Amino acid sequence: MSRIDIKKTYKLFIGGQFPRSESGRTYEIKGANGKFIANPALASRKDLRDSVTAAKSALSGWSSATAFNRGQILYRIAEIMEGRRDQFVTEIIALEGGTAKAAHAQVEQAIDLWVWYAGWCDKISTIAGATNPIAGPYYNFTTPEELGVVGIISDQKVSLLGLVAAIAPVIATGNTAVVIASEKRPLSAITLGEALATSDLPAGVLNILTGKVSELAPWLASHMEIDGLDISGADSKVESELRIAGAENLKRIHRFNKSQSPQRMLAFMEAKTVWHPIGV
Amino acid sequence: MDKNLFEYAPAPESRALVSIKAQYGLFINGAWVEPKTKDKFATINPANEEVLSKISQASDSDVDRAVKAARAAYLKTWSKMPAKERGKYLFRIARIMQERAREFAVLETLDNGKPIRESRDVDVPLAAAHFFYHAGWADKLDYAGLGINPKPHGVVGQIIPWNFPLLMLAWKIAPALATGNTVVLKPAETTPLTALLFAEICQQAELPAGVVNIITGDGATGAALVNHPGIDKIAFTGSTEVGKLIARSIAISGKSVTLELGGKAANIVFEDAPIDEAVEGIVNGIFFNQGHVCCAGSRLIVQENIYDELLAKLKRRMSLIRVGDPLDKNTDLGAINSAAQLAKIKELSASGDTEGAFRWNPDCQLPSKGFWFAPTIFTGVTQSHRIAREEIFGPVLSVLTFRTPQEAIEKANNTPYGLSAGIWSEKGSRILWASKALKAGVIWANTFNKFDPASPFGGYKESGWGREGGRHGLAPYLKGTK
Amino acid sequence: MVTLIDGSEVSLRKYLGALSGVDKVGADQRAAMLGTRSIKTKSKSWAIDMAIRMVDLTSLEGADTAGKVRAICAKAVHPDPTDFSVPSVGAVCVYNDLVKIARESLNLNGGSHIPVAAVTTAFPSGRASLKVKIQDTQDALNDGATEIDMVIDRGAFLAGKLGLVFDEITAIKAVCGNRAQLKVILETGELTTYDNVRKASFIAMLAGADFIKTSTGKVSPAATPPVVLVMLEAVRDYYLQTGMRIGVKAAGGIRTTKDAIKQLVLVNEVAGPEWLNPHLFRIGASALLNDLLMQRMKAASGFYSGSNYVTLD
Repeated sequence: MSRIDIKKTYKLFIGGQFPRSESGRTYEIKGANGKFIANPALASRKDLRDSVTAAKSALSGWSSATAFNRGQILYRIAEIMEGRRDQFVTEIIALEGGTAKAAHAQVEQAIDLWVWYAGWCDKISTIAGATNPIAGPYYNFTTPEELGVVGIISDQKVSLLGLVAAIAPVIATGNTAVVIASEKRPLSAITLGEALATSDLPAGVLNILTGKVSELAPWLASHMEIDGLDISGADSKVESELRIAGAENLKRIHRFNKSQSPQRMLAFMEAKTVWHPIGV
Repeated sequence: MDKNLFEYAPAPESRALVSIKAQYGLFINGAWVEPKTKDKFATINPANEEVLSKISQASDSDVDRAVKAARAAYLKTWSKMPAKERGKYLFRIARIMQERAREFAVLETLDNGKPIRESRDVDVPLAAAHFFYHAGWADKLDYAGLGINPKPHGVVGQIIPWNFPLLMLAWKIAPALATGNTVVLKPAETTPLTALLFAEICQQAELPAGVVNIITGDGATGAALVNHPGIDKIAFTGSTEVGKLIARSIAISGKSVTLELGGKAANIVFEDAPIDEAVEGIVNGIFFNQGHVCCAGSRLIVQENIYDELLAKLKRRMSLIRVGDPLDKNTDLGAINSAAQLAKIKELSASGDTEGAFRWNPDCQLPSKGFWFAPTIFTGVTQSHRIAREEIFGPVLSVLTFRTPQEAIEKANNTPYGLSAGIWSEKGSRILWASKALKAGVIWANTFNKFDPASPFGGYKESGWGREGGRHGLAPYLKGTK
Repeated sequence: MVTLIDGSEVSLRKYLGALSGVDKVGADQRAAMLGTRSIKTKSKSWAIDMAIRMVDLTSLEGADTAGKVRAICAKAVHPDPTDFSVPSVGAVCVYNDLVKIARESLNLNGGSHIPVAAVTTAFPSGRASLKVKIQDTQDALNDGATEIDMVIDRGAFLAGKLGLVFDEITAIKAVCGNRAQLKVILETGELTTYDNVRKASFIAMLAGADFIKTSTGKVSPAATPPVVLVMLEAVRDYYLQTGMRIGVKAAGGIRTTKDAIKQLVLVNEVAGPEWLNPHLFRIGASALLNDLLMQRMKAASGFYSGSNYVTLD
């Protein structure tokens, strides 16, 4: 008789821990072939609230880490993913269907995207900052800084690449994030969370929730501790609803169509301008 | 002793420099037109409540006319013109503003109530500088690091506040035109006159008809402009409350928008501050322009071990503030812009009294007519008082204290706003540490309330979206950039 | 009287170390802003007469002679020989070998109320032994000077020998005793920074200066508005600590009525109106006086005067 597989319990990733949903709920996901795959956690608004708290408390440490250090950590994530390529490929094929070649391509692109953004960490300020020639005796410079806590509704279809395209630029610049994974294809996100837990990424910098986007997204959009929102993975029908909720604290809300662009970093950065007199 | 003899005699700037028409129409498609409804409202001099002129109330159909004129100008002339030539119009406008600078200054002071010293030395020169600065950008956008061959949005709707009427107009119109957009601008209801004089300058500069359209009116006109489907991008400066309304409205329309909103800036004075310059910075931070400044340093956060010395010097300095006729060249603090604003300042100040803070103002004679409020400080203010949290937008300073640098930053950041902040210290590493820790778009270290067209301005958090000025200020007027 | 230091260098350094710094750009801007004050009509007339009363009419040339000194002394008493309503100046300021002539000449012209100020302590460089400086001062007092304008040792100040600077001032103060008031020249143009100006102002005040004075007039820049602002802030702060009002003398570069009125505005708004009198503020000048007189004539007549209607001495 062949060996019985060990089936995995898929959990949330909050503050560096892997809790089940506080609600005790799970939901069933099926593979591209229609067969049962797993019962991941069905995150509740309280799980979301806990994630935001974790992201907020991780913010000052992560944003004050040197850009070089953040770059090293992002690169380390790529290294660790590289070692788990097969697991990502298997899960993508199981949930998204398609060819092994396409799944491999997606994983490779996702890994390379980490490398791309790892290299950006200590360059984005140079590109997006400025020293400004003031008509007076002042030194004046503008530097982009992290926005704060960013809520991400991850791409619903391309489950790994879409996810990395959203989170890598956000954390590269010193933000922390709360991510709602692809609802029907959450395994890449969960596995990525497991990879992150063994990387050098501090706990709470990334928090990953699985569950119903329609249930969680409005809470994400209205949470006053969240400063920015990537709605690339949200249904366009609910976009205006999310934007209206986000207006309450004037969240920076963006939808992107490119996976690799400095705009994805700049959209969640704030330009700070500092003046100081020049004199003896 | 002869000490009482050096009261400065009145030194009023001449009013003869300006001619104000009895009434104004709307400036649409390069010409003056009457509003469809013929409705007019008065604009007054807040220093004496004299009616200066009758202003047109633009209705939805007037807004529509203006937007259509801007669209036609965009399609037919402005978008087809070489960038170099577009820049030349901005240079022309800058030069004419410089030529007519004193006229603008007097008119601004009459309509707004701000001291002539400020309109003459700050508002108008900076407004002209903004056009001059952006004129040079027009044909260099490819080099701005904002993408290859960046494209304008098209027609921009702009709504500006009453605190710096001409300067805010310049902050809005100059980058919009430089990047190739056409404009429909609505000045504030209480301060339309310099915008209407600016329309005359557009004519003198022979700016193609419809590139700049200026429509006057109240909030309803503004709402019509924001909601007009022909507007591609909105730029608004004003209250956070209205900013949120606009943010909700574009949630549906999908328009691009920039917002410059309110603030409650902390001005932090450390024990090693250059005290006399800090006192000047505090005074300039809160009493410049009667405190009608979104980035005003309205919360003074002082290290406890220098509190007594600083407060004594501040009070002494406040006693020297000359309140009165805004046209007098020696006036430091002019009139509050409107009765409504005065009522708001009084209401919030009264809350300071009832919540247990201590009010102090120097003995000063306020004119009997017009809207006036003495320069005021509240001591004993705590973080939970309304006057420590809400934007007063008047000459009222809340004074708080701190014990450690960390506590100072914590208090400074403990607000939904994030527009500006001040730091006073002679220690370089402390300044850089605090600049990094403060969550605000503009940090003034050992200075306050300084502005320059080359310096990006704009807020974190609920103080707005986007930047104005500098390279960063171009981005919101170009497609596909932040 | 409040004692701020015990006279030792340690206590002096401790006191100076606790002084707040001066931000140059902020001080320049405050002075420039006060320079925009517009002084008109009655205020201007009052300011012109006050400025005349504050002038230390000065001649400090190698070519000075008895004749030159007599000429300025006559002018000091009646600056405008055609109009006796013009007040006398604050003092006449000369080198110490001409003090006697100045005193006699003033007395002869009915100016016995006008003090003679002598520059001493190896003016303008201050490079001599303390012994010579004391003798220099002694000579001036013996010849009738009732004001001594001494220079500080800038070399010692810049080398950090603050105790030496302090001790020299106290030594000259001891020589002056009750016979003369001591004006201490900081030579701000050589101190170069406002922080140094503030520090030197306090050294002088702590050592017993009755006046602190910007410059010798031999070094440029001299009495610029921001330097005077910094010194006025120092006397104000010293007053708040001790209750004693120390005077300020702005010398060098003040040539026009407009310059002088800017100085008075600074005095009024920085130190305070209590300083607006010749006992607490002086302007060291020569050419300024004629410009004040021409402006005074213009105020009276309504038309602009010319250089031949004032005396060239």
